[in-house]
Amino acid sequence: MTPPTLEVRNLRTHFFTRAGVVKAVDDVSFTVERGKVLGLVGESGSGKTVTGFSILGLVDPPGRITGGQILFKGTDLATLSEAQMRDLRGNRIAMIFQDPMMTLNPVLRIDTQMIETVLAHARVSRAEARQRARDALGQVGIPSPEERLAAYPHQFSGGMRQRVAIAIALLHKPDLIIADEPTTALDVTIQGQILAEAQKLCTQYGTALIWITHDLSVVAGLADDIAVMYAGKVAESGPVSEVLDAPLHPYTRGLIGSVPSRNHRGAPLSQIPGMTPSLLNLPPGCAFRARCPRAEARCAEPPPFAEYLPGRHARCIHPHLAEVAAA
Amino acid sequence: MSETLEAPAMRTTEAPPIVEARGVSRRFAKTLDFAAKLARRLGVKVREEVVHAVDGVDLAIRRGEVVGLVGESGCGKSTLGRMIAGILPPSDGVILSHGRDLRSLDGPEARRVKLATQMIFQDPYASLNPRLKVEEIVGEAPLVHGLARRSELAAYVDEQLRRAGLDPALKKRYPHQFSGGQRQRIGIARALAVQPDFLVCDEAVAALDVSIQAQILNLFMKLRKELDLTYLFISHDLGVVEHLSDRVVIMYLGRVVEEAPAEEVFRSPNHPYTQALLAEVPRIDARKRSFAGVQGEIPSPLNPPSGCHFHPRCPHAMERCKLERPALKAIAPGRRSACHLNDLA
Ligand SMILES: Nc1ncnc2c1ncn2[C@@H]1O[C@H](COP(=O)(O)OP(=O)(O)OP(=O)(O)O)[C@@H](O)[C@H]1O
Ligand SMILES: Nc1ncnc2c1ncn2[C@@H]1O[C@H](COP(=O)(O)OP(=O)(O)O)[C@@H](O)[C@H]1O
Ligand code: SF4
Ligand code: SF4
Ligand SMILES: [Mg+2]
Ligand SMILES: [Mg+2]
Repeated sequence: MTPPTLEVRNLRTHFFTRAGVVKAVDDVSFTVERGKVLGLVGESGSGKTVTGFSILGLVDPPGRITGGQILFKGTDLATLSEAQMRDLRGNRIAMIFQDPMMTLNPVLRIDTQMIETVLAHARVSRAEARQRARDALGQVGIPSPEERLAAYPHQFSGGMRQRVAIAIALLHKPDLIIADEPTTALDVTIQGQILAEAQKLCTQYGTALIWITHDLSVVAGLADDIAVMYAGKVAESGPVSEVLDAPLHPYTRGLIGSVPSRNHRGAPLSQIPGMTPSLLNLPPGCAFRARCPRAEARCAEPPPFAEYLPGRHARCIHPHLAEVAAA
Repeated sequence: MSETLEAPAMRTTEAPPIVEARGVSRRFAKTLDFAAKLARRLGVKVREEVVHAVDGVDLAIRRGEVVGLVGESGCGKSTLGRMIAGILPPSDGVILSHGRDLRSLDGPEARRVKLATQMIFQDPYASLNPRLKVEEIVGEAPLVHGLARRSELAAYVDEQLRRAGLDPALKKRYPHQFSGGQRQRIGIARALAVQPDFLVCDEAVAALDVSIQAQILNLFMKLRKELDLTYLFISHDLGVVEHLSDRVVIMYLGRVVEEAPAEEVFRSPNHPYTQALLAEVPRIDARKRSFAGVQGEIPSPLNPPSGCHFHPRCPHAMERCKLERPALKAIAPGRRSACHLNDLA
């Protein structure tokens, strides 16, 4: 049996700051199969970006991976040399950032940037590299790609810049793409185009996708599986439909209730009281307990990340099992 | 549906406009973004031009209603909102606030009319003076404008804070000591302190996490009921607009393309742009769907397409659409749309 494209096991990434230890990622586990989309959701500061950076081996001091394993097609990335990691990045694993200018160089023409990226990992002629760049631009729906190659990033709209960044991520038809809120800054109509490209990618090339977002509606439409993060940990994970229809974790339930949806026009939204805790010197026990309607004394102990139903995990000692059974 | 929304919505049909924009336009000399500035410094040629941010808009907002204003980035929502709030003068056209032309007023009367409209912004931090304590931020304007006496100011400020859902015990703190959601509450308390009857909210919940966003949206709805407020609610989030609005106004490249009661426009959009926009909205109840995307780019407002601005992306475009600007016409009671297709029916 072929191993999954990515398997993250009990990952911990901590920042050792002067003020104390920030446990940005603290026991995160998930799996992404070939051609599948995992929606990684959570509120700001919950550890989504640091999870993505950890997989790519891009965590800088004072941050450090302090535990767990990252298996890429069965290989433990911790066993790779820095050179091997560099070769993997941009070639087999690519990242798309919220701000496309993290990928693009403002002073270089698009063709220069794309050709260099091709040549960095493939032994082909310059002409062949240019051809690949053009095809990639066409693939993400940029009209007249031949002319666009000669443009500078500032000559593109925000949506087009993001599509160029995606085209660059596609150049080597990677096995895994980590997309960190790539459409958060874009308009709905442009977001639709980019989501369409992402879907095509998975079905055509079997690319596995981690789509990081705070938008549950995007995850609902795009992903196969979902992992909900809270305060550096996965609170709940499982197939998207099952989790959104009948969440196990009180936090997931609260989050879903907070989304305005057409069935409840004008009615008060259910709201989670309080706010997200600071990850600095977080006390032990369930991090959600100050906001949780089901909290009890036992919640002061760290709840295990348990598989309550086949393929469905939750980090809660008092999950909504009765509601799931009724759904 | 909740009773609270029904009552004011019914009244709105006869109510006079609290604010009205008549043939309003606003032009700007286009400023360069960061990438363009950098490129220019490095010798790449970059032109500077005039943007028609808002182009001939008529809009009336009646007392007690919540009007949602939606459209893609750069289509002119904030510019229109600022003109309606009286903080940006139009290049052409007039704004009538409470029946009065803002330009014709001065002295205490101008001040009274201006205070009646308050604006709430996306980034509350940028609009809160970092050197002032919360009690000063909220108490400053009512004191200056004689809405509260110094002797009763503390109690007055406490009341505003409580209304906005903040514990008055926190009033000695500075803005940086608060979370994003709490800062938005400070901004709301500050606006309420001058006793407005009309709030222009520009992406007021866009920067907030979902769970905090729900708290603030609930607060807006509660205040509407308690204080009988009217809202212009600007947002790119159609889910939020649908949830909150009685009526929705859709803009495209500086123009209003459609205007309708919220329920109707979400059920049966008339304008091809509105249709395309609504088709792309991800919804939490739509699972593993296939996305398509509206064809083409959002054109630059520097050089908008002729005739109907939407024609290069419109699947129904005809010859006439390239030549003639479609007027915003009534298509049903309370509904207007700017599309030539409506003439064919
Ligand atoms: N002060 C200004 N100087 C120059 N151009 C401006 C100014 N304010 C706005 N514009 C331009 O006017 C157009 C409309 O801008 P506006 O801020 O009203 O858009 P918006 O619909 O609110 O967009 P967003 O959804 O991104 O907030 C844009 O092209 C913008 O660049
Ligand atoms: N370089 C850093 N030094 C210290 N703390 C950091 C650093 N980078 C991220 N963090 C902290 O890690 C946590 C998770 O951050 P992040 O992964 O960016 O959240 P998200 O992407 O979910 O919004 C936050 O509390 C953040 O402040
Ligand atoms: S472990 Fe306890 S506090 Fe945490 S989510 Fe479950 S019930 Fe709530
Ligand atoms: S006027 Fe023409 S181009 Fe514009 S929306 Fe209607 S059909 Fe399309
Ligand atoms: Mg992030
Ligand atoms: Mg704006």
